[in-house]
Formats: sequence, structure tokens, C-alpha cells
Amino acid sequence: MKSYAKFLGKRVLYMLLTLFLIASITFFLMKLLPGTPYSNQDKLSEEQIYIMNEQYGLNEPVPVQYLVYIGGLLQGDLGVSFQFSNTPVTKLLSTRIGPSLQLGIQAVALGTILGIVLGVIAAMYQNTWIDTLATFSAILGRSIPNFVIAVLLQLIFGVYLQWFPIALWDGGFSSSVLPTLALAISPLADSARFIRTEMVDVLSSDYVELARAKGLSRWTVAFKHGVRNALIPLVTILGPMAVGLMTGSMVVENIYAIPGIGEQFVKSIMTNDYPTIMGVTILYSAMLVFIILVVDILYGVIDPRIRVSTEGGDK
Amino acid sequence: MSNVLEVKDLEITFDTYAGKVKAIRGVSFDLKKGETLAIVGESGSGKSVTTRSIMRLLSQNANVENGEILFNGEDLIKKSEKEMQGIRGKEIAMIFQDPMTSLNPTMTIGKQISEPIRLHQKLSKDDARKRALELLNLVGLPDAERRMKQYPHQFSGGQRQRIVIAIALACNPEVLIADEPTTALDVTIQAQILDLMKELQKKIATSIIFITHDLGVVANVADRVAVMYAGKIVEIGTVDEIFYNPQHPYTWGLISSMPTLEITETLYAIPGTPPDLLDPPKGDAFAPRNAFAMKIDTELEPPYFKVSETHLASTWLLHPDAPAVEPPPEIKARQKIYEEKFAPKYAKTQVKGGVN
Amino acid sequence: MHKQENTPVADELKNLSPDMFAPATESSMVDNEKIAAPSLSFIQDSWRRLKKNKAAVVSLFVLIIMIILTVAAPIVAPHDPNVQTVEFASLPPKIPGIGIDGLNGTQKVGENRVDKYAEKNVPEDQYYILGTDSLGRDLLSRILYGTRVSLIIAFVAALFDLTIGVTYGLVSGWCGGRIDNFMQRVLEVLSGVPNLVVVILMLLVLKPGITSIIIALAITGWISMARVVRAQTLKLKNQEYILAARTLGESPLKIAFKHLIPNLSGVIIIQTMFSIPSAIFFEAFLSFIGIGIPAPTASLGTLINDGYKTFRFLPHLMWYPAAVICILMISFNLLADGLRDAFDPKMKD
Repeated sequence: MKSYAKFLGKRVLYMLLTLFLIASITFFLMKLLPGTPYSNQDKLSEEQIYIMNEQYGLNEPVPVQYLVYIGGLLQGDLGVSFQFSNTPVTKLLSTRIGPSLQLGIQAVALGTILGIVLGVIAAMYQNTWIDTLATFSAILGRSIPNFVIAVLLQLIFGVYLQWFPIALWDGGFSSSVLPTLALAISPLADSARFIRTEMVDVLSSDYVELARAKGLSRWTVAFKHGVRNALIPLVTILGPMAVGLMTGSMVVENIYAIPGIGEQFVKSIMTNDYPTIMGVTILYSAMLVFIILVVDILYGVIDPRIRVSTEGGDK
Repeated sequence: MSNVLEVKDLEITFDTYAGKVKAIRGVSFDLKKGETLAIVGESGSGKSVTTRSIMRLLSQNANVENGEILFNGEDLIKKSEKEMQGIRGKEIAMIFQDPMTSLNPTMTIGKQISEPIRLHQKLSKDDARKRALELLNLVGLPDAERRMKQYPHQFSGGQRQRIVIAIALACNPEVLIADEPTTALDVTIQAQILDLMKELQKKIATSIIFITHDLGVVANVADRVAVMYAGKIVEIGTVDEIFYNPQHPYTWGLISSMPTLEITETLYAIPGTPPDLLDPPKGDAFAPRNAFAMKIDTELEPPYFKVSETHLASTWLLHPDAPAVEPPPEIKARQKIYEEKFAPKYAKTQVKGGVN
Repeated sequence: MHKQENTPVADELKNLSPDMFAPATESSMVDNEKIAAPSLSFIQDSWRRLKKNKAAVVSLFVLIIMIILTVAAPIVAPHDPNVQTVEFASLPPKIPGIGIDGLNGTQKVGENRVDKYAEKNVPEDQYYILGTDSLGRDLLSRILYGTRVSLIIAFVAALFDLTIGVTYGLVSGWCGGRIDNFMQRVLEVLSGVPNLVVVILMLLVLKPGITSIIIALAITGWISMARVVRAQTLKLKNQEYILAARTLGESPLKIAFKHLIPNLSGVIIIQTMFSIPSAIFFEAFLSFIGIGIPAPTASLGTLINDGYKTFRFLPHLMWYPAAVICILMISFNLLADGLRDAFDPKMKD
């Protein structure tokens, strides 16, 4: 148990270090950028610019700005948005995280569950037309860019069939159906492919043959012995999956006009709202690093081999 | 003694991207009640495929082209998958080669042993647990009560093989197939597992098919021995007959290459490699490696010649027209022992020319 | 008990001529040390397996055709992709000799089908096979040139991934110890940032354009390549033939080129094949959200973005480039999958 705590402590330390480095790099990258909060507005007098710079703390030397920024970060302060003056980035993002999280969780849940089912079926009917069809659908899901899928769904179910709103977010179920579907395709394809590979491996393993030799049917073996062993490694792709969702949310939220983080990020890029861009970068990184940590911990919890060996202190 | 299992003219092919591999090319043997039959052969000779076909656990690209597998008179090949599920683990059970991989890593061993018991004997969870405990004691796993809750990785290789044996014995099967059960183990553990199997066979009267490539193991456990080469049984007989009166040059090679205490010269090695079963050679598949090969070996497949009531060999050397050949010295020495010790036991049918 | 039905000789046994029992001739004996199964080289064997995969073969052909078309774009394209003929704007597709609605230059306006070409006084012999965009540029030509840009970005970015990733992975895996440890920590930090965010930040710092996109993609793309190569190198490093080469005093560089890279070629090719479609996707993605290739240069992403703006009224402006990018991505993914199966049926991603 002691070594497990040590392992965990080390992981958390690395996580914080990673975040610190990311925040620093982002900060200095932003300093390299041209433009100020008000470069879009025309003709400001020297004095006005000075006052505004003062307000944003931009008159200080860069190292001081850096220290101020990191100091603020430690207290959960991401600075003030350039675009919406007087709105702290933290507040801006916190109002927008709800829809993004809702969509993300719905998409991961839907995508992985369908993906697992598809992957298991493909593996069970390995090398038949069912497998070919499932594998091909997975490749299709992985190949078609998410913005194309999003527009396609919008056109078919929104414009032609009019089953769901085209681009109207009210936080309700029906307005979340299409964006969830559009976002779920990529986790679906990824997990289907992953589970199929794992499952094919597991199904050809000696212990599955032994289970079959006990007289269990193919499907009983698949569910009692196969799926659990195939699912354990699935947690390792949760990280990449989260990255995919962050990417996807930028376009999907834009296409469906959802007031989420992704939509805000794209807007901030267009308006050179650097504090918000930095805020989102750090938020995304923190989420990703946290997910990677959770995956590490989760892996130990669900796999008895790792669980015991870390508890025992050996290995 | 009645036959529990009869395999007749079994032919199995595998579809591969390179073509059809003829893995089993007409295999026949029987297994009598309570006996241990060893199947010996090098890797790729088809011994594992034969036993997988008895369990009907061949991979999807395998085809049974011909033959029947009679289990108590009923053809297993004609059974439905559902019927086979009632037979597997209950009537015919199997022990696998590698104990390190044949247990589910994420399931406690108690659960893995109870599984077939609950399935076939419809016992309650509690009764199945008791039976599992009994089995673990039977196979000599210490501290069984506590260890039921543990996972496979917490056991050593030898212990795991004991667990696999316990699973196989769970429902007192009529036939037990042991597919190289000691190959993956350390030599000292091998002896322990072999002793355990011999002891168990005395306790529970089950028929065993013991697959191995190690002749030394065979002498220890088997009543009868079948020697396989390139998808065929080339010689079959009692353990004494195979060890002391072998007739097939391949068996000669196998025995001569077995290290013994008396050996004084360099150990014999059979030259060459087994044939490509995608395109098996015409005639006797062993001919290219056979120092005694005759013209006919390259043209016609030899039939089985009857050496005694219990002893068959498939080599043209036993044909009446074949010239007398001089077996290797090691074999000659053994045949001498045979003449003195065992010959009276096995009524000699006319050695030459007797074709069944 | 042992029947002989399967041995045809049983009946003929009596009439065998005695000379059949003469020792076999030398010639039939000499080759008994020969391996009976035919031996194939790694590439031959893989190619044989790849050929069995119909989807991969079809994809390969599709890709070859697309690459040829885009390379020859200046010859093949019927119009200049950037010339705006405003009076011919927003024309529907018209293909010579085809009368099907939607491909004959007509468009539904209200209840009636109107010949747009006649309406806008387009000369009889002037065809826009896929129609024109809102600035009167020929869509087909723009797609050809756009695909070219997308492919250039993808290939160059993949090349960067390859060089940086393989070098990093080899050094990290081969040196081991402290160097490896440090290099792994760096990787860990880098992979803590969603790659798209890095790409976007880099694009903000650099001036938008093809080069910036390539640089931005190259900065993040090599990480997975480095991981795979390092893992394989660690595995290979301790194999006997590498140990033998080291014992014999070969230099690390020579070992890397003579022993490691040939054995890594499978994973490297597969990884590269997967990084090409991902680069195509990122370019299109960036252009779609508006920070990719600046106008007027066409890329698949900018074309889809332009089309999206008018897709309710002129859907073909979006669907044609979208279809092209889908076909490209599917072909690359199918081929990559096929290659992976061919090189190592058991290898996982």
C-alpha cells in the first residue's frame, strides 16, 4: 500500500509539473503574438492605450507579468478577457463548461457503449461479412471528418426531416441529440476498433480455449471471460478520446451554436482574446492530464494483476 | 476391454492464405477404458489438431474432410454445437500445455474451478465451492481454502497446472486429454505433475490421451503409444512394443535420439525437416529423411503392417519383398531385450506380409 | 479395426515389382536438409498478404489515381482555380452530353427548373463540370488544386513526423538510462497538451500559410511515432543479433541503420500511413474554423468552409470537396489498416 501511495504521489507531482510547464510555455508564446486587446478598435490615443495597458497590467516588464499570471493561476485566476472587458476568464469559462461537459459525457457514453457492442460482435464473427461490415463502418467513422458529419446530420435531421432543431441550444434533450451524435462517432469508431482487436486476441487465448473446453458456449465465454479482459485496456484510450472530443467540440459547438468552451475558444482565436485562449489551453491541458492520471489509477483498480502487485510492494 | 473412443480415418485440412494445409491425413486409433494412450510426434505432426478435433475446438478455418470420431459409439463430428457443450468438460475434459496462460487472469481460481461444476452438475454456488475445494485438495494444492479467492498470477507454474488439472477433473470425465501438460514446466515440476497424474489415474478410472513430444515422459505414463509424423500415425503399439521392438525408421530415429544412461556415442539426430503439408510428398512422407528409403517409398504410401495383435506400423520395410535392413545399434540392443523379456507376451502374428 | 480404405495400395500389394524395393536413388535423398516450405522475404510475404486485402488494394489504386490527378492539376484542370468570373457565379454543375437534372446546368428556382447557363449567357461550349462558387471560380479546378495543397501538407508533415519521431525514439530507446528517462518526461509533458491546441497556438504565432501549418503539425505529430519506435527499439535492443553486433564492435550508427531500422520498417511505415490522414484532417479542420490556409489559395478545408457558408442554397459547393476529403481519408485509413495486417497480423496500435 505504501508503494502505491508513493506511486500516486509521484504521478500527481508530474501532473502539476506538466501543467506548470504548459502554463509557462503558453504565456511566453502569447507574449510573442502581435496585437493587444484593442488593436481591433481604431484610433485610440496614446493616453487611452496607456490607461488600458495599465488596467490589464501590460505596462509591467514581461517577467513581472509572468509572475503575476502564475500567482493568479495558483489562486484559480486566469486573468481578464480582452473581448469581454471586466469579465474574468474563469467566470467566462465556468458559464460555458456546462454544455460542453454535458455533450462530452453523453458522446463518450453513447460512443463507447455502441463501440464495445460493435467490436465484440465483429470479433465474434471474425472474418465473416458481419466483421467486414463492422470494421468498415468503424473506418468510415474514423475517416469522415467530424465537421462533415455534423453538417450532414444537421442537413438530414434538422433541415430535411426537421426532427431536431438545426442550431438552437436550450440545454434540453432534443437540442443535444444531433451534436451528441456528431461527437459520438469518433469515440464509437475508436472503441469498436480497439475492442475488436483486443477481443480477437482474447478469444484466441489459452484461457478462452480452456473455458470452451469446460463446455461453456461461445457467447457465454465471450461475456464471462472475454469482455472483461478486453475492456481493461480500453481505459488507456480514454486520454486520446478526450483529446478527440475537445477537437470535435470546437467545430460541433460552432455548427450547432452551442455556448460551450469549444465555441468560445474559436471565437477567442478570431478576436485575439489571448487571456481566454490561454485559459482554455490550460483548462484543456488540466483536463487531459487529470484524465491520464485517472486512467493510471483506474487501470490498477480494475486489473487484479496490477492491483495486487502494487499492494504487495513488489514489482 | 471396450473402446471409449474410436477415431477412424480422420482427415483435417486448414484453409490458409497460402492454400490448403493437409494437417491430418487419415488418422485412426482407439482408446480403451481406463488406459493411457500417448501420442508422440514433433511439433506440426498433427497431434494437437487430432485432440482439438475430438473436443471439436478447431479454429474456424479447419475442415474435417473425412472420418469419424466415435465416443461411446456416437459420432462426435455429427453432434451439434449444443450437444458438444454438454460433452465438453463433462465427458471429455482437457489439460492444456501452458499453465501460465490457460487461466483467466481476471477471475479468482475458485470461480474458475466451480464454473464447470455449476454448469454440468447444476450444483448450488455453495456446493460447487465445496466440490472445488475437494478438487484442490485432490490435486495437492496446499492451503486451498484461502487460495480459492486468489487470482492466477499469485500461483507458480506448477500450482497453476494443478489448478488446470482440477478444472479438468471437476466432473469426473470419461476421457481426459492432456496436451503436453508438462512441456512448459521446469524439469523438477514436470516430475511432480507426472506423479500427480499417475496417482490420479489410479484414484479415478478415466481414460487418458497424453500428447507429448518427449519420449522419456511416455515410458513413464503410457500403456500404449502412437507415433505421429506429418499428419499420420506411423506406428502404434503397447509401450513395450514401441520402446523395445520399434519397426518404423522414424520411431527408430526418435528412440535413438533419446538420451539414456547407457549411451556412449554421440546422440543420434534425425536428418532433415518435416515435409510441407501444403503439398505433401507422394509416397511415404518420411522417405526424404529415411536412410532406408526404397524406390517404392517415393511412389506409394505404405499401408499398415500388423506386427502383433496390438502393434501396427506403416513402413514398406515390413513388406515381404523388402530387403532385410540393419536397424541402428541402439534399436538392435532394444530388440534383443524385447526378444528375451516381452516377446512371449505378445503373440507374434506373421510379421512379414500380414496386411490387415 | 484399422481399415485401409484410404490407402489405395491395399489391393495392389501383390503385384508390386521387386525392383521397387531397391534403395532409393541418391538424387531423391540429397536434399533432405532442405526446408520443405518455400521461404519468402518479409516484404514478399507482406505484399502477398496485402494483395489478399481487396479494400487495401482498391484504396491503393484510388490514391494513386488521385495523386496523379493532383500532380497533373495544372494540365488537367479545365480553368484557373483563382480566376474570378463574377458574372458566371454560383452556376450548377454541367457535364457535356448528360441530361440528368442537377448535372445539366439547370437548377430549381421555386417550382420550375431553370437553365442557369442560358440565363447567365454562358457560351455554349463553356462547361463547369462541378459548377462554380459564389465568385465564379470553377469548383473542379479548385478541388484539384485544393487536394494538391492538402496532400502536400500531409506528405511533408508526415515526413517531418517520420524523421523527428524515428530519431527521437531510436536515441531514447537505444541510449536508455538517464537520457531515456529525461526524454520520456519531455514526451509526457508534450502529450499532456491536446495536440490541436498546440497546433492552434503555433498558427497564431506564425503567419498563416502552408509552411506554418506544416510546422505546426510537425511539432506535435511525431510524438506517437517516437513512442512506437522507442518501444520497439527497447524490445529489439536485447535480441541476440543486436547483442552480437555490439559484441563485434559495430558502431551504434551502423547498428541503427543495418539492424534496427530494417526491423522497425514495418511499424514505421504503418505509423506514417496513419499520420498522413490525420494531417489531412487537421489541415481541413483548421481551415474549417478559419485559421488555416488564407484566401485565395484553395485547400480541401477552405473549400468545405466556403461551401458551408452557402450550403443551404448551394449544397454541392460543400459536398463535392467533402466527398473528396472523405474518399482520401477512407483510402488512407483502409490502406494503413491493410498494411498493418500485412506486416504483422497480431500487432496492435
